[in-house]
Amino acid sequence: MQEDRFDVIVVGGGHAGCEAAAAAARVGARTALVTHRFATIGEMSCNPAIGGLGKGHLVREVDALDGLMGRVADAAGIQFRILNRRKGPAVQGPRAQADRKLYRQAMQAAILATPGLEVVEGDAADLLLSANRVGGVTIANGRVLRAGAVVLTTGTFLRGVIHIGDRQIPAGRVGEAPSIGLSATLERAGLRLGRLKTGTPPRLDGKTIDWAGLDVQKGDDPPVPFSMLTRAITTPQIVCHITRTTAAGHDLIRTNLARAPIYSGQIGSRGPRYCPSIEDKVVRFADRDSHQVFLEPEGLDDDTVYPNGISTSLPEDVQEGLVRAMPGLEKVRILRPGYAIEYDHVDPTELYPSLETKKLAGLFLAGQINGTTGYEEAAAQGLVAGVNAARLAGGGDAVEFDRTTSYLGVMIDDLVTKGISEPYRMFTSRAEFRLSLRTDNADIRLTPVGDRLGCVRSERRAHFDSRSKRIDMARELLRSLRMSPSEAARRGLSVNQDGVVRSGFDLLGYADIGFDDLRRVWPELGTIDEDAATFVATEARYAVYLDRQASDAEALKRDEDLRLPVDLDYAAIGGLSNEVRGKLASARPVSIGHAARIDGITPAALTALLAHVRKRPDRFGSEADGR
Amino acid sequence: MRGKDTIFALSSGALPAGIAVVRSSGPASGALVAALAGRVPQARLAELATLRDPATGEEIDRGLLLFFPGPASVTGEDVAEFHLHGGRAVVARLLAVLSSVAGCRMAEAGEFTRRAFDNGKLDLTEAEGLADLIDSETEGQRKQALRQMSGALRLRAEGWRAGVLEAMALIAADLDFSDEDDVGEKAAVGVRAVIMAVLGDVEEALSSSRIGERIRDGVRVVIAGAPNVGKSSLLNRLAGRDVAIVSRIAGTTRDAIEVRLDIGGVPVDLVDTAGIREAGDEIEAEGIRRSRARMEDADLVLHVIDATAERDAAAAVDVGSGPVLLVRNKIDLGEVAPGVREGFGISAATGEGLDQVIAALGRFVSETYGTREGGVVTRERQRRLVGDLAVALRAALGRLDDMPELAAEELRRAAQAIGRLTGTIDVEEMLGTIFGRFCIGK
Repeated sequence: MQEDRFDVIVVGGGHAGCEAAAAAARVGARTALVTHRFATIGEMSCNPAIGGLGKGHLVREVDALDGLMGRVADAAGIQFRILNRRKGPAVQGPRAQADRKLYRQAMQAAILATPGLEVVEGDAADLLLSANRVGGVTIANGRVLRAGAVVLTTGTFLRGVIHIGDRQIPAGRVGEAPSIGLSATLERAGLRLGRLKTGTPPRLDGKTIDWAGLDVQKGDDPPVPFSMLTRAITTPQIVCHITRTTAAGHDLIRTNLARAPIYSGQIGSRGPRYCPSIEDKVVRFADRDSHQVFLEPEGLDDDTVYPNGISTSLPEDVQEGLVRAMPGLEKVRILRPGYAIEYDHVDPTELYPSLETKKLAGLFLAGQINGTTGYEEAAAQGLVAGVNAARLAGGGDAVEFDRTTSYLGVMIDDLVTKGISEPYRMFTSRAEFRLSLRTDNADIRLTPVGDRLGCVRSERRAHFDSRSKRIDMARELLRSLRMSPSEAARRGLSVNQDGVVRSGFDLLGYADIGFDDLRRVWPELGTIDEDAATFVATEARYAVYLDRQASDAEALKRDEDLRLPVDLDYAAIGGLSNEVRGKLASARPVSIGHAARIDGITPAALTALLAHVRKRPDRFGSEADGR
Repeated sequence: MRGKDTIFALSSGALPAGIAVVRSSGPASGALVAALAGRVPQARLAELATLRDPATGEEIDRGLLLFFPGPASVTGEDVAEFHLHGGRAVVARLLAVLSSVAGCRMAEAGEFTRRAFDNGKLDLTEAEGLADLIDSETEGQRKQALRQMSGALRLRAEGWRAGVLEAMALIAADLDFSDEDDVGEKAAVGVRAVIMAVLGDVEEALSSSRIGERIRDGVRVVIAGAPNVGKSSLLNRLAGRDVAIVSRIAGTTRDAIEVRLDIGGVPVDLVDTAGIREAGDEIEAEGIRRSRARMEDADLVLHVIDATAERDAAAAVDVGSGPVLLVRNKIDLGEVAPGVREGFGISAATGEGLDQVIAALGRFVSETYGTREGGVVTRERQRRLVGDLAVALRAALGRLDDMPELAAEELRRAAQAIGRLTGTIDVEEMLGTIFGRFCIGK
């Protein structure tokens, strides 16, 4: 029997797996990426797009930690748009349509180019366990891989079942077998599993679409890349088209509802509310007789079109009737029917914030297995799991990303403290420090952290050093230039005539004063480049709020620094109700802050916890990292 | 897992009394009853029983027993009530027997309420109302506390919470789902009206806060005037009258003496101050400084002057800017300034004219505080949070058009204020509002 030793093994070659494997390797771990076939690495199983509102933030954060997703999307992107361009900088999100083949190729190239990362083709059949510690994986062909840590990124493969009408096909993705053994192993180890559902629309043949007369949606010109390291987008850009569902199509759905698995009772698990199937939309929003559908090309030299907005598991004949009832699609040919897929996930409250499971030491989980949805959510978790797996294998402490400094921290905190009841997707509204967590400062927030962790390479570090220096200089210069209100008025800047001398930074905070206005007044500002100018203008605009958020963040941080031992005997703490005891015992929060966010934990209970922790400050004082 | 202690305490008033009620709460309540009475009565039905010391079998008393299984009980836990004869020895014996049972102990002050709060039986404002109800001394206080305990503020706050949640959801929809065809601009419409409605109601509640706090904490009436005009005599006279004196709070003679009166159900704190004049020494100066501070804080000033003395404009004392009742004391000694007849002529020495002063106080109190059923906001803590809420809502309105993300931030602060008042607003709940309202999902 062949046997191999690695530091970290990553199971799964999707968005979570690629980032996990690359991050572990960047940190210096000898890493194996186990996937069925090299050729499916970087596959976009659902929509051919990266980023969006909240999701774009995650891509920038992955990029700031020198992850792959941003650079790969820049290479594969065929239409870039900044969403919410007319709203404030904190809520703008970059999004790109991607050429699926280019994306796969770029991701596979990035994986091959990562030193210390080896791809192992095979079916990860089971985990090697000894006394609640994971020591590796066995491959279906009998090969055994050993490692100090294992990252599972199984996507929708765990006991996956595809539904198309009344047809049920065990599968992880169309044409790929599901993974059964791993689910059973996790269950045996006592991890709570749940079942979720997601869906995808039929794919259409673009050659059979009548494009004339359809509304056109153009991308931004010039396109703005995701990655700080991408200088310009060189891939040719395309337009998308928009069509609509029709009353006739809705009628067809209504007539055939009994054949829809989500209504016939065939599917019992929860799907995402923000990504409902078309049959769900027709039922829940019965007053609407039309829904917008974006026709997104899947590639430059690929005629496949992804109709965004009509995910469905209706029988194929109904799907065909539905799409052919839409303008422009009267003669369309369906290349592959849409489907719903049900799969196992692990209750994410089984995880530490490092994404290691509490019950199986050395086992990390990332992506859909944790109940999330979306490529970006998966990638961000993959990166965190990869870094932590490498640190564990190398004998280091776990690192946590907190809510105050990153979206990925918000996501992981939400997952491990609150659990999920539907596939979890990132929204900017989930981040209470939204104004501070912007796409323009992802590198400022995270690249130094990544540098300390050793997952940032020198090229990134150099870029960061130069950018942060330019921004600091711009900020200092603006703060040093000062002007009285009367002088400002003489220069055509309208401010209150209150005698208060204001700095250039203060003046930028006014909605109607822009950087160009200041450049007129102070020619020395001409040395500041556009990127730094925009960055500082955003800070100035949010200044009051950023200060407030900073003090809120400090308060939160103080709570986070009050660590709770994971083996705390909650039964021994006085003043807790049985219900609260039960919740704490099952969640095993790592800090007072963490405990405070668990549903149903009262202020009184926190006070009791705090009193208990304070009694033993010598042991659980203020250790910021590690558990 | 080890459970929680079972607590018990005498829940009725001072002994001896006709009847005494001892109450227990906690997992061992049922076992306690069984140990003492030999059985557990049917839930929520009173049963007559003989209570015996389980150790010796000796009879303690014969009384009524009640058992309320949790969570449908006042604390949310199993609760037992022992209705006994209210003799000191009887109760002492029962408490001693209960203490000897493992896992049972005497309750600490407020512990029953605390457990009810922990188990979600009360929110914070209701717990405050309960505390006030127990402490209430006057009819007005009782009514107000009862309303508070029954959730008057909670219900208001729930309305605000729903409104803020709605506004947050609409803005969040605009920010997070602007690329959806059903959401976009549509969400932003209507946010202003929602916020304005909440703000109007919040301001209304806030305007009643002074009334609410006065009914809870007492109307402050300060007796002021130059030295030796008879302020202390007046206070003592009023205190000695046949009005319901509630309590006496002694201060230093240099500082203030307070008497609480019940006037028409409203507690009125009558405060004597050090004489106001130019300070003679440091201690007196401090007394005077405090007097002035009290006057600024007063709801009404009783300005006492000496009816026998010439009124010297130069020596006139500053009595603040609020309502003032002028009282001319010492009319039994003859009035030297017959031209000045405003206010009330009294004699603190003989009691002459005091009825009119009390009647005037009563009119003032009923006109200012008695017209409504008390306030919804009754504590400084609540006023501060409701005030924060109003500030945040106004700021949100100001940011709505140009920077919706800042309006969202202000609404988050508004939600925090409500959360501190009663409970919390959860992001998931807000997202739920969005998904219920808009068709989202491309």
